[in-house]
Amino acid sequence: MTDATTAAPVEQSELEKRFPDAVKADARPGYAGFVVETSKLVEIATALRDEMGYDYLSSVTAVDYYSDAPNAENFIEVVYHFYKSTGGGALVLKVQTPRDNSVVPSLTPLYPGADFQEREAYDLYGVNFEGHPDQRRILMWEGFAGHPMRKDWKEAFYEEEVKPFKNRWPEGQVYRIEDRNPFNKNNKYPQGFDPVGFKETDDPKLYEVLERAAREYSEDIDTEQVVVNLGPQHPSTHGVFRMAVRLDGETIVALKPVMGYLHRNHEKIGERNTWTMNMPFTDRLDYLSSMSNNFGYALAVEKLMGDKAAPPERAEYLRVIMAELTRISNHLWAVGFLLNDLGAFFTPSLYAIQERELILDIFEATTGSRMMCNYFRFGGVARDLPEGVYAKIKDLVFERLPRKIDELDIYLSENELVRSRSEGVGVITPEEAIAFSTAGPVLRASGVPYDIRRADPYSIYDRFKFDVKVRYHGDVYDRYMIRIDEMRQSLDILKQAIPDLPGGAAGGEVMNGKNPYQVRVPAGESYGRVEGPKGELGYYIVSNGKGNPARYHVRAPSFINLTVLEKMCVGQKVADVVVNLGSIDIVLGEVDR
Amino acid sequence: MYGLGILKGMWVTLTHFIDSYVEDIKWLGRNRYYSKEGIQHRRSKDTKGIFTVQYPEEKLPVPEEFRFIPFLVYDVDADGNKQDRCTSCGICAKVCPPQCIWIVRTEDPVTKRPVPEPVDFFVDVDICMNCGYCAEYCPFDAIKMDHDYEMASFDRHAEHIFNKEKLSKPASYYAGIRPTNYNREETLKAEEAAKKAAAAAAKAAAAAAAPPAGSPPPAAPTAG
Amino acid sequence: MTDTNPTVNSAGYEVPPELRQNVAITTLDKIWNMGRRYSVWPMMFGLACCAIEMICTAASRYDLARFGMEVMRPSPRQSDLMIVSGTVTKKMIPQIVRLYNQMPEPKYVLAMGACASGGGPFKEGYNVVSGVDQYVPVDVYVPGCPPTPQALLHGLMKLQEKIDSESITSVRWYGKDDIPAIPVPLLGPDLIDPRDNELIKQETSKKPAAPAAAAAPAPAAEAAN
Ligand code: SF4
Ligand code: SF4
Ligand code: SF4
Repeated sequence: MTDATTAAPVEQSELEKRFPDAVKADARPGYAGFVVETSKLVEIATALRDEMGYDYLSSVTAVDYYSDAPNAENFIEVVYHFYKSTGGGALVLKVQTPRDNSVVPSLTPLYPGADFQEREAYDLYGVNFEGHPDQRRILMWEGFAGHPMRKDWKEAFYEEEVKPFKNRWPEGQVYRIEDRNPFNKNNKYPQGFDPVGFKETDDPKLYEVLERAAREYSEDIDTEQVVVNLGPQHPSTHGVFRMAVRLDGETIVALKPVMGYLHRNHEKIGERNTWTMNMPFTDRLDYLSSMSNNFGYALAVEKLMGDKAAPPERAEYLRVIMAELTRISNHLWAVGFLLNDLGAFFTPSLYAIQERELILDIFEATTGSRMMCNYFRFGGVARDLPEGVYAKIKDLVFERLPRKIDELDIYLSENELVRSRSEGVGVITPEEAIAFSTAGPVLRASGVPYDIRRADPYSIYDRFKFDVKVRYHGDVYDRYMIRIDEMRQSLDILKQAIPDLPGGAAGGEVMNGKNPYQVRVPAGESYGRVEGPKGELGYYIVSNGKGNPARYHVRAPSFINLTVLEKMCVGQKVADVVVNLGSIDIVLGEVDR
Repeated sequence: MYGLGILKGMWVTLTHFIDSYVEDIKWLGRNRYYSKEGIQHRRSKDTKGIFTVQYPEEKLPVPEEFRFIPFLVYDVDADGNKQDRCTSCGICAKVCPPQCIWIVRTEDPVTKRPVPEPVDFFVDVDICMNCGYCAEYCPFDAIKMDHDYEMASFDRHAEHIFNKEKLSKPASYYAGIRPTNYNREETLKAEEAAKKAAAAAAKAAAAAAAPPAGSPPPAAPTAG
Repeated sequence: MTDTNPTVNSAGYEVPPELRQNVAITTLDKIWNMGRRYSVWPMMFGLACCAIEMICTAASRYDLARFGMEVMRPSPRQSDLMIVSGTVTKKMIPQIVRLYNQMPEPKYVLAMGACASGGGPFKEGYNVVSGVDQYVPVDVYVPGCPPTPQALLHGLMKLQEKIDSESITSVRWYGKDDIPAIPVPLLGPDLIDPRDNELIKQETSKKPAAPAAAAAPAPAAEAAN
């Protein structure tokens, strides 16, 4: 059940041997990994990184174990997922800390990729990370009252603890929830708060940090430095993303990404939803590749549900086909808009969107919606391919797309202007790429051949022949080329999967058993991860055996890939910022969730 | 040679440009625009040249599975009365992810038993995420996803909570927009009815008891 | 407001003398509106998933250019239409209000998708504004999640309809008074709408009574731990 999340036994015993007092195997039923002493965490993590090869800290998150019953054991647990960049399963560490005044040593100095994730845990759970270089709120703003993901924190539109709500059915009292709020809005304020003369505190703190970073960059600030805010409304930020940049002339001396402008409380809502309800919400994470999002979530839940939710063969193939089509459509978009950022205004993206539209036609015909596919179910997929779609996929994959991807390649890859603007820009070394926990094309463009489809295979990816694509310069150009490579690779996988699809055009079983509207998920935790188009998309879920997840966390590749943005940009010209950002390929729905 | 890459790129754009004329010439005499096969061609694997579908004069046909805001299906009986399929069992309200369905149930004033027909049914379209779950899980095929996406309006406060009247559409409409699904469901239903009838007949023959006369479907298969 | 101005047919508006005949104005209205309806420049401004559909609408298959709307301006100063395409969050609404204030008249707002219209699927979230119309006036609502590009085009055609129905004599932006800017909300312990200040003060100075019951136990429970 948890085979993929448990480490090889060698390390397990070794870890326990080395730190006999500080490491305890997590004995709760359905759980895996180790609970470690808070004070020993840094030491253990150092040993993991330097001696055992767990150099990739994929995910950091917090879980609030809270119950308002008297004598309940309430605490916050911080969960770390470590991987080896050479492949294999996870090593999971957990530290437990009291809910009030929770302090955990920060792993950011060791694994810089933990930076944003720890800030997120601080923001949403109020966990203090001792030694974190820049502990500020990240998704909400400084000054926001409370830590919203805590179980006892209630929002203004709070109705009931879990869905379904009683007043929808059987009570049936229709209303707009805002009409029940004193302000007619989704707001609430602490007792005694006086709004008159209120001053915001978010931006001043940001500029302080920016100045500190600028001083770190160079001590002698002779020249006048200016702070430029790019975004949140900026044509090249790919959504509502903001970068506060400190410039010395044209050179960037410090850059801080500011996000949260699209923080839609995905996880809070996800913990109120039933398991099934979360599926359409995952569509809206990375809204350019909803099928991959579905895939990760379905895997995570199926892992907990065990064999009774094993999808039939045909469904497995359909999943792979859809996920790979999604990858192509996502990369088409990414490449098109990267070129937009490079100055080739709109024509490349128009060509790319044209092919994407044809792929979306397939999604629309199969799932009913162009973008919000909501296609996966626990134990299969929602419906079989409608008539004619199989042939359409075949046509596209075997005839049109290879031609069109080649065309895109000829069109852009050798263009001297593109090359001179992107070669050698935003270089990330392989060591940095791993340390910053980057994933997907960003990692592979830096020369690290890490692809979860190979490193830790899921679904039926072990049946297909394909090589992990990798490029070695780690610059913007390679991050562009790797996406072209990956589109071809996806086509290769599709060309193997489509003829093998059991049942072919005729159809067949796509659900394991019935598709119930409520599922029971046994208690336990699971981490399901897929190689999404943007990188490692992971879902960490905790079930307490009820109808709703107790914890639902998304390890969003776009979000974590952004950690490296500052590294990419500092020391370069301001004109390269948008290009660097474009080469990471973020989607704000996933960054902010 | 420096500049070759740029030239290659420009060649690609040039072919795209030329293609749009070549295609039009190829289609001379046939209707490339404002015709079904024209639109079909423009979304096929061979499409070249002009790709635009000129809404509103041309509309991309929506596929059968397309989903946009649910509607309630009613049957029309022999006397022309509307017969709601919905039994107010509440499954759609329970499964709706953003919880935008409200069902007002009612009970028989005499028997105090719930009447298997909602008094009113609301969907807040400003919350609905078009996920299609309500249609997918309704056991009575009473709620389905619509194809009509042209719903822009000037005011939401008065109009955007749809009530039962606004949501209800006849089964014939449903059959029109989703023929495959409709036929499959009808066949299933017919089979089931046949099975039931056969079982009832067998039962009647065996026990010689009066067959149950047209009892309504069970109100709520409650689960969880 | 000058209520004593009998010379023009619409009191309170400065109509150029040569336009003071009703007939002239209605014909002029037609031309004026035609000019405007075919050159609505939207702001290049995307919020969430719906923005992707908006971009697709501008791309080759749906081609906004056919409506004269392809000129997406990144600057609010040059745009006529704000397509609010996606979830409006509390952190973002101050910028949206600022952008709206910066747009020159005549300006229109189209709420695209369930989120922008009324909160959408994420309505219950603590960082989500339930409808952009709580802060800026909205002209057209396009339901859907996301509205398909064709649905958006339908919404834009509705907007054109609205533009057609306007008359140069009665539109607000040729009035004599300044149109007041919308006060920009602040990010406090929660979003603060300056227009609500009085109400907020009233509510928060109330003795912790019934409504506070939900909020009060939180610190207590934490302390008891
Ligand atoms: S699930 Fe179907 S029958 Fe039950 S209340 Fe909903 S629409 Fe009516
Ligand atoms: S489509 Fe989804 S969100 Fe809309 S009413 Fe049905 S279940 Fe609810
Ligand atoms: S309406 Fe739906 S598609 Fe549009 S922004 Fe909201 S969640 Fe995304």
